[in-house]
Amino acid sequence: MTVTERQQLAYVDAQAADGRVNVELETDEGMILNLGPQHPATHGTLRVTAKLDGEQVVWADVVPGYMHRGYEKLTEVRTYPQVTTLVNRIDWLGSFANEVPFILAAEQLMEIQAPPRARHIRTILFEMARVANIVLFLGDLGVQLGAVTPAFYAFRDREHVLDQIEAVTGGRFHPNFDRIGGLKDDLPKGWIADTKAVMVRIRNYCDEIETLLFGNEIFEARTRGVGVVPAEVGLGYGLTGANIRASGVDWDLRRDGAIAGLAHGDVDWQVWTHPDGDSFARCWVRLQETRESTKIIDQLCDGLPGGPIMAKVPRIIKVPAGEAYVQTENPLGAMGYYVVSKGDLGPFRTKIRSASFSNVSIIPWLLKGVYVPDIITILASLYFILGDIDR
Amino acid sequence: MSDATGTTDAAEAPEAEEAPTDDARQAVLDQITAALGDAVLDSHIAVGRGLWVRVERDAWLEAAGHVRNGLGYHFFDYLSAIDWMPSPWGRYEYSAVDDGIRQFDPNAPVETGVAGGDTRFQVMCRLADIRRRQPHHNVVIKADLPDDDLRVASLVSLYPGANWHERECWEMFGITFDGHPGLRHLYLPGEFEGHPLRKDFPLLARLVKPWPGIVDVEPMPGEPAAEGDGEETEESS
Repeated sequence: MTVTERQQLAYVDAQAADGRVNVELETDEGMILNLGPQHPATHGTLRVTAKLDGEQVVWADVVPGYMHRGYEKLTEVRTYPQVTTLVNRIDWLGSFANEVPFILAAEQLMEIQAPPRARHIRTILFEMARVANIVLFLGDLGVQLGAVTPAFYAFRDREHVLDQIEAVTGGRFHPNFDRIGGLKDDLPKGWIADTKAVMVRIRNYCDEIETLLFGNEIFEARTRGVGVVPAEVGLGYGLTGANIRASGVDWDLRRDGAIAGLAHGDVDWQVWTHPDGDSFARCWVRLQETRESTKIIDQLCDGLPGGPIMAKVPRIIKVPAGEAYVQTENPLGAMGYYVVSKGDLGPFRTKIRSASFSNVSIIPWLLKGVYVPDIITILASLYFILGDIDR
Repeated sequence: MSDATGTTDAAEAPEAEEAPTDDARQAVLDQITAALGDAVLDSHIAVGRGLWVRVERDAWLEAAGHVRNGLGYHFFDYLSAIDWMPSPWGRYEYSAVDDGIRQFDPNAPVETGVAGGDTRFQVMCRLADIRRRQPHHNVVIKADLPDDDLRVASLVSLYPGANWHERECWEMFGITFDGHPGLRHLYLPGEFEGHPLRKDFPLLARLVKPWPGIVDVEPMPGEPAAEGDGEETEESS
């Protein structure tokens, strides 16, 4: 019996429909292996199906959608200020970063600009979201490869970052702090000194992880030369963030995006790239980016301008008719909102371009020909958050 | 609300007078127009922000092909669609101003946004060149789809990343992409009926229990109750 690819895909769909998801299908040509939807390596409920020939993957398919919440539809029945509450839940490890591009798109349509102090604090929180996110990634990376210790270090040090975010916004995970025209509140007293101490901690954590993990022979053996994404393929699939920078594409929206509402241009920092494009490169670029983020935060804390934190905006926010697309460099990659306004209290349509959606769409291509244990490292190094795929 | 179709004109008029022109984007637009000729129906430049080009539906693949191979925009950002019909359900609120169902006229002409449009459904995709590291190297291409024939050529042959975006667009809007290797459900279960992102697809949670709208609004302390005209105050949900 030969089973065509189409039949196999139909089988996968049928399985998903009646909830039988963790079974294996054996055919004359090999076996279909299910990974997920509940598998530790998938960071949530993503299902990867791989057809195996011995230890090698012949083809793979990804089934997302277990966490689809329909945010694009929901934004259509909410006012602009209400949308930030929703989009906080897209990438839940770096929540604040989800709010920023939406607010910037609304600001662009309204032709208003947040005051300098608001832009700086916004950038600080934006980078803290990245630090909180990537610190956990670096710890989790160890777990995927069988090293448990880094995860404990990650949770230990991330807690301090979350404490700082909580001190400003009141929310550990979901700040809901960004407003059209500025921010909800100013920084509390003593926050800057505490934050700089936390940034020292994070830099130490990065050094720790670098020695523990990146210098480890097993880690190198399992990630170097595994899951190579050539730049050209990555561009075609819309890979962004560290994933495309690890393939040698020197593109960072914080530097190249000409974004009006953030203050990355005011400070001195560097974009890291890596020529290899393999799993190791992707992890390495993220490690360097965390260090850069701490530098950005330090400098912004030093040069914080005075003044108001809110521009003059009408109490009832009506956004003029028009279309705007604003993209920012979020922890997971480029995230953008295409906002269509008809001059109403809420958006007429919002297209959410989330980073993980495109980053994950390359998996079927990337898994072809790899060996089963490498699936885990490739998934881990691509780094996705389920809420960011499904929206 | 009557200005939605006029957005293009309104935005272009000051461009001609006050001359905050965007030469870089204009050059990109000129190249696209030169290659596609009459297939370019309309275009719009938001100075310093973006370039929109609306092409004939039949030239959709050709336009993307030219942008990819002629201009070298190898980065696929996203593909999606817009349903320009006003929602027959309004904003699902208990409020005097949100009486969408009574106001709704299915035969009213649709109002579309930048770069114009004639039909209810519009597909759009954004392509960019990120290797040249300049913020103006990107374009949003739009195409109108007639209601009775919602199909357009697939971009998968040019950009493999279009695969998932087209699958999403297919299930959410019911737009068929010719030449797609397998239009299967991406998010929704296989037996799902309807296209959720269409405006006439009801948001059931809100139909069962509409948002209270203006009912629960309290005036801000120390602020005069009315600012501006009466209509605005009523809408201050």
